[in-house]
Amino acid sequence: GMGSGMGSGGRSGMGAALRALVLAGLLCAPRAGGTELTFELPDSDKQCFHQELERGLKFTLDYQVISGGHYDVDCYMEDPNGKMIYKETKKQYDSFPHRTEVKGVYTFCFSNEFSTFSHKTVYFDFQVGDEPPILPDMSNRVTALTQMESACVTIHEALNTVIDSQTHYRLREAQDRSRAEDLNGRVSYWSVGETLILFVVSIGQVLLLKSFFTEKRAGSGRAGT
Amino acid sequence: LALYFHIGEREEKCIIEDIPSDTLVMGNYKVQRWDIHKQEFLESAPGLGMFVTVTTPSDEVLLSKLYGPQGTFSFTSYISGEHVICLESNSTRFVALAGSKLRIHLDIRVGEHFMDEFVAQAKDQMSEVYFSLEHLMEQIHHISKEQNYEREREEKFRKASEETNSNILWWAVVQTLILISVGIWQIKSLRDFFIAKKLV
Repeated sequence: GMGSGMGSGGRSGMGAALRALVLAGLLCAPRAGGTELTFELPDSDKQCFHQELERGLKFTLDYQVISGGHYDVDCYMEDPNGKMIYKETKKQYDSFPHRTEVKGVYTFCFSNEFSTFSHKTVYFDFQVGDEPPILPDMSNRVTALTQMESACVTIHEALNTVIDSQTHYRLREAQDRSRAEDLNGRVSYWSVGETLILFVVSIGQVLLLKSFFTEKRAGSGRAGT
Repeated sequence: LALYFHIGEREEKCIIEDIPSDTLVMGNYKVQRWDIHKQEFLESAPGLGMFVTVTTPSDEVLLSKLYGPQGTFSFTSYISGEHVICLESNSTRFVALAGSKLRIHLDIRVGEHFMDEFVAQAKDQMSEVYFSLEHLMEQIHHISKEQNYEREREEKFRKASEETNSNILWWAVVQTLILISVGIWQIKSLRDFFIAKKLV
């Protein structure tokens, strides 16, 4: 039924069908290359990641600090020649797109060396974009995608946008929740501490005053009798 | 070619994955050891393996296995929350061996059943579109699960905020009452004291 319907379309022009097949495969396939990790960066520590990349590739590094201290981290990125292509200090979140000019190992590091007692949870997403098309004029050659394939492409692109958006909101929520929980703890500790101080100071004041008068009284008492 | 990073030979490196329940997580890694004599990373070190430990948010161990220098591990979460994936080498060498480090190539995929192999094997255009559609359906399913989990987390967040709010209010009231009652006590106590000392 369905198979024969598609088959009759393919029979007319094997070349066109083959090209459409390859294009569908390329476009419906998941995005080329990318790693997203969430890890803990201890205080006064640095963690580096390396990736080997070809020349002319477009990549994006997104990172966000989810919890810890002032929710900030130092980040820098070096190309294979050791040149610093990105450097930021005490950033909470950032997005760095770049097109590689040199082939080799790219290094990016997150540093928490400025912090002495707060360890940070850092999320990063290193997306390596699609390589330039194998055949530069491939997009010109394909004159008509079948409806199903073009629907496939549209849905895939939309879903990628949804996933990106979802990840963005998930991280913001995680960060805000971390702050709210910190705040809650701090309010509790401060309230208890303040109450204790209140008692100590007020009772102390009365006792101190009493002690002043007791000493004087004893002195004048002795003088009296 | 995946991302790689360096750790000390006896160090443990952990990755946190905050995922909804019933989510499949697949990871594959490759580990290389630094050879001091050759001053480079060996392609394969004999006997080198990695302990992979996965802990659930309730501190239960979901997976704890020793794999070789190259391996693939996977697990399915049954509760939502922060799962911790830890990697540690099985090296029994003394820690004092300076300059020794490991290079770990790591790739972790969450929620996606990788369809690439199936798409490549597709016999005709129809089954290729079919597999692509399956992949899209998996993606949508995963998005839906993430959204449900997000709802749970937002509720926890809202509870924490509301608790903070009522905490602040309650403590303010209690402290004001304590302040007033302590003030009254102070004045009464001093008045009685001065009367007793015949100063008033």
